[in-house]
Amino acid sequence: MAHVFLRVVRAGVAALCLLAGSGCANPPTGSDQDDPTQPVTLRFWHGWSEKNEVRAIEESIERFEAQHPNIKVRATGHVTDETVNQALRAGGGDAPDVVSSFTTNNVGQYCSSGMWVDLDPFMRKTGLDKHRVFPKNLLDYTAYQGEQCALPLLADAYGLYYNKDAFAAAGIKRPPRTMSEFRRDAVKLTRRTADGSYRRLGFMPNFRFYQNSPDRMFAQWGPRYFDRKGRSRLAEEPGIRDFLRTQRGLVTALGGYEALEEFRTGFGDEFSAAHPFQTGKLAMHLDGEWRGLFLDKAEVGFRWGTAPLPVPDDRPETYGRGYLTGTVIGIAQSSRHQNAAWELVRFLTSDTKQVVAFANAIHNVPSTKAALRSPELDADRSFRTFLRIARNRYSSAPPASLNGGQYLVSFQDFGYGYEAGDTDGLDRRLRSLDHQIDADTVQAQN
Amino acid sequence: MATSTSPARSSPSVGTGKALRRVHRRRRVRTLGFLSPWLVGFTVFFAYPLIATVYFSFMHYNQLEKPTFVGLRNWRYVFEQMPLFGPALRNTLWLVVVMVALRVVFGIGIGLLATRVKSGVGFFRTCFYLPYLAPPVAATVAFVFLLNPGTGPVDNILGDLGISAPNWFNDPDWAKPSLVLLGLWGIGDLMVVFMAALLDVPREQYEAARLDGAGRLATFRYVTWPSITPIVMFAVVTGVVQTMQYYTQALVAGKLASGVDVGPGSVVQPGYPDHSTLTVPQLVYSLGFQNFNTGAACVLSLVLFAIAMAVTTLLMRRGAGLLTAED
Repeated sequence: MAHVFLRVVRAGVAALCLLAGSGCANPPTGSDQDDPTQPVTLRFWHGWSEKNEVRAIEESIERFEAQHPNIKVRATGHVTDETVNQALRAGGGDAPDVVSSFTTNNVGQYCSSGMWVDLDPFMRKTGLDKHRVFPKNLLDYTAYQGEQCALPLLADAYGLYYNKDAFAAAGIKRPPRTMSEFRRDAVKLTRRTADGSYRRLGFMPNFRFYQNSPDRMFAQWGPRYFDRKGRSRLAEEPGIRDFLRTQRGLVTALGGYEALEEFRTGFGDEFSAAHPFQTGKLAMHLDGEWRGLFLDKAEVGFRWGTAPLPVPDDRPETYGRGYLTGTVIGIAQSSRHQNAAWELVRFLTSDTKQVVAFANAIHNVPSTKAALRSPELDADRSFRTFLRIARNRYSSAPPASLNGGQYLVSFQDFGYGYEAGDTDGLDRRLRSLDHQIDADTVQAQN
Repeated sequence: MATSTSPARSSPSVGTGKALRRVHRRRRVRTLGFLSPWLVGFTVFFAYPLIATVYFSFMHYNQLEKPTFVGLRNWRYVFEQMPLFGPALRNTLWLVVVMVALRVVFGIGIGLLATRVKSGVGFFRTCFYLPYLAPPVAATVAFVFLLNPGTGPVDNILGDLGISAPNWFNDPDWAKPSLVLLGLWGIGDLMVVFMAALLDVPREQYEAARLDGAGRLATFRYVTWPSITPIVMFAVVTGVVQTMQYYTQALVAGKLASGVDVGPGSVVQPGYPDHSTLTVPQLVYSLGFQNFNTGAACVLSLVLFAIAMAVTTLLMRRGAGLLTAED
C-alpha cells in the first residue's frame, strides 16, 4: 500500500513539475490582417473618470463613429495602468483592442515587452508622417529604443498657480522666476495664526503633496537620468545637488519638514472643493494645466494666475520650461482588429479638429503641431501659459525605461528621505541610488 | 530442511493469493477514492502552486514571454540588491510578534470578561464582536480618519484633555502600533473562540480550586490555562499565518495617511511613512503584479513560507509549552 502511494505521489510531483514549467499564460497573438472597412466592435480602455472628461471622450467616440459607421467603440473608463498591464498579460477574451495610459512612465515596458504593438507599420500603411504631425519631445516619450508603440493623446504641462491677491497684499509684483526668488516669496507669503500654526503657506514643497513628486520639480534643472548605455547617472548629474539643496532649503525656510507634513496631512482630497489652493491655504501651487478648469468651476474668492515654475539661479535663460507628461494611446498586441483599432488611434491622436475639441473640453495641452497652432484653441490666458511651457525647448519628460517608472520610484524614495533631513553622505547615497536603479534594470532584462 | 510443495497443494494457495490481491486492490481504490477530494484540493491549491513558485524563483518571467532559466539571480537580487526587503521583513516579523501576542492576550481578557459579566451580556458581546464584521478596508479608512492628526476627533479630544497626541499613521514610530490598535479593535473572532474554550472548562475544577483556597491568579494558572492551551495554540498559529499575509490594512492605512493621490496613471507605493508599514506580502504584490518581476516575487513568497513553517513547527513542539503530552 505504502509503495503504491509513494508511486502515486512521485508521479504526481513529476506531473506538477511539468505543469509548472508549461503553465505560463502567454497572451494570444492578435492580428493586423483585419479589414477595417468591415463591421467590428472595438474595446477601448481609458483612465478618465471625471464627469466632463467622460463626456468629452464619449463625444470624441461619437465623432469617430460618424466617420466610420462600420466601427463601434465600447469604451471603459477609470482603468489604471495596473489593470491594463494585468489584463493584457492574462489575454482574456474581453481584453481591450485600444488602450491608453495617463502616464508616460510605462511606455518602455509596453514597447519592450511587445504588449503594445509597434505603430510605425500602421503609420506607413496609412501615410501618416509622425515627424510632421507630432512635436519631437512628445514623440520621444511615446517611443522606447526607436519603437513607437504609443502616440500622444493630449499632453500635460506643469506650471505654477499663484494667488494674485496674496501677492498684492505681500507687495510681490510678479511670479518668481528663479529658485531664490521662489524661496523668498514663499516665505513672504506665509501667514501664521496666533498659536504658530499655518494660516496660509507660501508654497507646500513636500514631495508627497499631490503633484510635487521629485521628478516634476527636478525637471526645472533639465536632468539626464541615464547615460548612452542606459546606466543611471544621477550621481554625475550636475544639477542634482543644487536641486536637493534647494528643496531642503525651501522645507527649512517654510517651517521644517514635520510642521509641513502635519499641515499637509490635514488637506482634503486633491480633486475636491477642499483643495488647499482653492481654499486659500496655499498662495502658490505646482500643478498641471487642468487645475484651471477646477478653479473656474469652484469660483474661488480670489484672483489667480499661472506662470512657469522658477528655474535654478544659474540658468535664467531656461525660464519658461516645465515638466511634461501626457496621456498615451496604443494598440494591444492581443487585438484581432488592429487595423480598425489603428483607425481609432489615428483619429484620436492626429485629427486636428478632434484634438482641438478634446483639448478644449478637458483643458489639456493638444499634442499635434497643427492643433497647438489652431486658432480654435481655448484663448484663456491661464491656459496659454501651459501651451507655452509645452512648446518651450527646455521642457522635458522623464525618459522611458525597460521597467517602467521603477527608477522614478527609487528616486522618489531617495527624495523623501533627503527632504526629511537625511542629508549625510550625499555622494555615497547617490552612487548607491544609481546602483539600485541599475540592479532593477538588469533584473527586468531577459 | 528442504521443503517441497506438491502441485495439488499449491493451487488453493495461488487462488487465495489472487483473491487477497483483489481485496487489497479494492481496498486501495476505496482508500484513494475517499482521499481523492483532499488529494485534488492539496494538489491544485497547495502542491502545484508551491512547485510552480519554486520553479519560477529560478526563472526570468515577465508573464508575457516564455520563462528563461537565470539560476540564482532572483535570489541574489532579493537578498543583496533589494533595499526594501530588510524593512519589509522586519515589519512583518514585528507585526507577527507584537500583534499576535497582544491579540491573544486581549482576546483571552475579553473572553474572560464576556463569560463573567452578569448583566448586559448580549450587549457586551455584540459590542466586541461587531467590529470584526466590518470590512477591513472600511475599518481602516475609519481608523485613519479618526486618528488623523489634523482633523481626527481622537486627537482633538486628547488635545482638549491636555494630552499631546502622536501622529499615529503619519509617524514611522507610531504607524505599526496604530495598526495593532486596529487589530485589537477587531478582536471579535478571538473573543468568540476563547469564550467557547473558557465555557468548556469543567466547573467542578473551579470548585475544587476554590475549596483548596486557590486565588484568582492560581485558579487561572492551574485550572483555566491548561484547559485552554490547545485553543491558545490554535489562535497563535492561525494568527502567525494570517499576520504573515498582512496586506490590506497596512496598504490602505499607508495610502490614505500619505495623502498622495493615486490616479489611474499612478501606482500605490506601499509603506508610508518611511516604509514603516511595508510588509512582505505588499512587496510580493508590487514585484509580481506591478513590476511583473515574477521570479523575485516567488523568492519572497518562499521566504515567507519558510518562516511560517519554521514558526509553526517551533510552536507545535511540546517544549513551547502550548501542547501537552495528551495533545
